[in-house]
Parts: sequence; structure tokens; C-alpha cells
Amino acid sequence: MIRILFFASLRERLKCESIEVDYESGLTLFDLKDTLMQKDEIWHSALSGNLLSAVEQEMVVENTKLTDGMEVAFFPPVTGG
Amino acid sequence: MIRVSEQDFVVADEYQALINDNASDGAVVFFVGLVRDFNQGNNVSELYLEHYPAMTQKVLCEIVEQSKRRWNLGRVRVYHRVGHLSINDQIVFVGVSSRHRDDSFRAAQYIMDFLKTEAPFWKKETVNKNISRWVESEIKDYSARDSW
Repeated sequence: MIRILFFASLRERLKCESIEVDYESGLTLFDLKDTLMQKDEIWHSALSGNLLSAVEQEMVVENTKLTDGMEVAFFPPVTGG
Repeated sequence: MIRVSEQDFVVADEYQALINDNASDGAVVFFVGLVRDFNQGNNVSELYLEHYPAMTQKVLCEIVEQSKRRWNLGRVRVYHRVGHLSINDQIVFVGVSSRHRDDSFRAAQYIMDFLKTEAPFWKKETVNKNISRWVESEIKDYSARDSW
């Protein structure tokens, strides 16, 4: 199982703060995002935007191989401070 | 010390914690970020700060560790607030002590520049009394980070 979290404006657009998907061998971050984008038009357009990704609470900029039980997060550019 | 909390902080207490029983450091630099009443072209009345708790602590620790590797620092304190804030409320405290002032000045700026672009906090502001909008990230913040 992969747990996926969404934050801030993305969470609001999707009306979803977290979901879980089954892990499949060889799954990557890009595959996961692709699958989510195919859910419907709202998910497609929301996830096509300028987003950051984190795997196991660490920012990732390139495609990453996922392993079962990982936590993935998608969110807009951060605006703290 | 790194802390993320809905509770406000007291600058005097944070400063005291940097200097208490600290005979080796001759410099303290601190920065306090506040809620401004005007942002990106609109009057702001309130601010809400969301974060990704499990990641925030990790990222802030990593930024502080990086700063300690780059400069000769004594103590570092980072306090960031989340939740509902009003105009003029304190948002963030970054305090650094070091033997000499140059290290503290640079490290405080470095920590803020990375916090602004890498720590998972998001601001939602209420503008013109009743419209809520998520604050957009700014290119100048990335330029500041990339200058290191």
C-alpha cells in the first residue's frame, strides 16, 4: 500500500487529503501521478499544475522508484516564513 | 531547538535561550517574520498557515544541520507558527549564536532563504475582508536560495 497526501490548494481542489493505493512491483512516482491524473478531469488538471513531490517526507525532483508502505505527498510550492 | 506550534513565542525567551550559560559566543542574530497587512496587491485581514507535520520537522532539521556545516555556529533556534494568525502576529523566529558576528548574520539569512522555499508550510490569507486565497510562491525567494 502507498499512502498519498495532498496539501493546501491541491487538497482543496481535489477535495481529498489522503488516499491509499495498492503497491505494484516497479511502481515509480511518475507512474503513480499518471494513474491519479486518469481519475477524472479535475484530478488531471489539478495534478498537471506546478507541484512539488515528496517521498517519505523528503522532496524529490526526479522520478523515484517506490517501495511498498511508502508515504508520498503532492503539494504546491511552499509559502512559509 | 526547532519547534512548530500554534502557540505564540516570546522573543525575549528565545534570545535568553541563545545566551544562557553561553560564554563562547560573542554574537547573536535573530529574525522575526510578522503577518503584514498588505500582500500581492491586496489588503490582508487574516492568515492561516497549514503544514505537513511529518516533513516540516525533518526539513527544518536538515536546513539547520546544513547551516552548521557551512559556518562556525553556537546555537540555532527556529520557531514557526501554524494555524490562524492575525495582522502583526509573529510567524517565525530564527536565532543564531556564534563566536563572531559574520557567521550568525549569514547563517540566519541562509536558514530563512531555505525555509521559505523548502519547508512545507502554506499560507492562506483572507483579503478584502472576506475572500480567501492561497499565497503564491515568489521567484525572488528562489533567487535568494539559489544565491547560496
